[in-house]
Amino acid sequence: MRVEQLEAKALEIRRSIIEMVYRAQSGHIGGSLGATELLVALYYQAMRHDPRQPKWDLRDRFILSKGHCTPVLYAVLADCGYFPRPDLATFRRPGSHLQGHPYAAKTPGVDASTGTLGLGISTGVGMALAAKLRGQKHRVFILCGDGEIQEGQDWEAAMFANKYKIDNVIAFVDRNRLQTDGDTERVMPLDPLAPKWEAFGWRTEEIDGHDFPSILGAIERASTSLGQPTMIIARTTKGKGVPFMENDNHWHGAPPTEVQYRRAMEALGE
Amino acid sequence: MELRPPKFSTAAPWRLWVSEAAVEYKQTRQGYVDALIALAAEDPRVLVLDADVAKASKTCDFEQAFPDRFFNCGIQEQNMMSVAAGLAIEGFLPFATTFGVFAACRAADQVRNSIAYPKLNVKIGATHCGVTTGGDGASHQANEDIAILRAIPNMTILVPGDYEEARLATLAAAAFVGPAYIRAGRDNYRVVLELHGRFEIGKAKVLRPVGEWTIVSTGILTAEALEAAGILEEEGIHAGVIHMPTIKPLDRDCLLAAARGSRGFVTVEEHSILGGLGEAVCGVLAEEMPRPVARIGMRDTADELLTKFGLRAVNIVESVRRLAAR
Repeated sequence: MRVEQLEAKALEIRRSIIEMVYRAQSGHIGGSLGATELLVALYYQAMRHDPRQPKWDLRDRFILSKGHCTPVLYAVLADCGYFPRPDLATFRRPGSHLQGHPYAAKTPGVDASTGTLGLGISTGVGMALAAKLRGQKHRVFILCGDGEIQEGQDWEAAMFANKYKIDNVIAFVDRNRLQTDGDTERVMPLDPLAPKWEAFGWRTEEIDGHDFPSILGAIERASTSLGQPTMIIARTTKGKGVPFMENDNHWHGAPPTEVQYRRAMEALGE
Repeated sequence: MELRPPKFSTAAPWRLWVSEAAVEYKQTRQGYVDALIALAAEDPRVLVLDADVAKASKTCDFEQAFPDRFFNCGIQEQNMMSVAAGLAIEGFLPFATTFGVFAACRAADQVRNSIAYPKLNVKIGATHCGVTTGGDGASHQANEDIAILRAIPNMTILVPGDYEEARLATLAAAAFVGPAYIRAGRDNYRVVLELHGRFEIGKAKVLRPVGEWTIVSTGILTAEALEAAGILEEEGIHAGVIHMPTIKPLDRDCLLAAARGSRGFVTVEEHSILGGLGEAVCGVLAEEMPRPVARIGMRDTADELLTKFGLRAVNIVESVRRLAAR
């Protein structure tokens, strides 16, 4: 896809996110809107995958470690054709395969179950190790929240990936600088983030997480890394695309009212 | 197996009801690892992970046999459980091994969310469970692991009684698809010939026919339960012995069949009386066929020896006598 097409796709996905959370009256809008370009770049350009064969052995894998941002993941998976679009209306309902957090046993296209934070890098590193043991060439992409990186398990996984030279892992930190209780640097400082990962043996890049050429370029460079896993620190804006939601942490986990829903959809060009 | 007639000696009454052939002691952790080595020779999916306790858990033997299929994760049990989940997602059969306290307590979230919730085919090998952990003391004794894992959905819990049963349980866990926890100890434990032969997940073993009283035991304390039953028999009290090597799913049918012919139960486990075998048995009986139950296990007291914990045959005898006297 050309950049303009990817941008148009991102707009569509953002509308789906708002729609889904509005209908469910529950879910995480802010982080989903902020990570939209990252998922669109992966699913519509960078990743080898086939929605008709969700378990295709040679596909690239994706793990949403910040599992609460299912609205963006489900919107993308439905749009790609992993399951019917109308399923999105059942988001977070009892009996739906679209649970609040990703559940691989139920949802086509979800490669790993997550939910409690800090699981994704370890799981992805395990999957990437499996690929290495089999001599397979596919990549494992992981998206983490920035607040999530405060979990100790992430640093355990960082050490493990360095020890076993897991260079087929490409991880992102969605660096929107906000977590549930506010500014990451006030809740538990993360900066300087890139040197931390470098000290643990990872390649790092810092990019604009809303700019498709930057995202795709970073993925391309990471794909040829030898012996080192890559952490791409993607600077993003929580709530991106809906001006009244941007950088307002109210939208971490609150659903919109009807008025807010209409304003948001208007802002997204509907 | 031939049993020697019981003769009471005040020195060690619990050593009397043991056949000559059975006076042998072996480690359950070694049974687990010996099974892994045999499995790996046949099944290329088998991988072993450890968290810097390979010498203690005995997975060092596996490492020696299959160095490329062994991953020492260092002191990071949480990462190990999720890495094992990732390997299982891709079709490998990982055995994540560490002490029971670390598997069930430190890494409880990863066991729950990375492994059990998505029903992944990860086996957790836990050693140093119960109080028989040597001199390491309370911090390293897993006396609540069964309780924690029982409450986690989709988890199968195996508690073998000796070396051979640990080996069989590990083979059975490998043949079964889904998360399983295999509970082993540290010490040399009495070999119990009655436990050898078959191992079927979810099936109890009736070692002495059920009588007026029934002793339900698990793990290494079944040796004590058998001895207790022998001592009681001499006194004219007939107590059956049911060995329960699978705590979850519990063999309800076997328990209820026993309840039909029994006036009361004594449960025996090297674990807290809270949330373990005892309460599992109580749950089934209370719902289906109420019978008095006396639970033997750790009671939130701090000490170091089975005897001090009251986990010996004499204590089982005492409990049955108390029930019988009601």
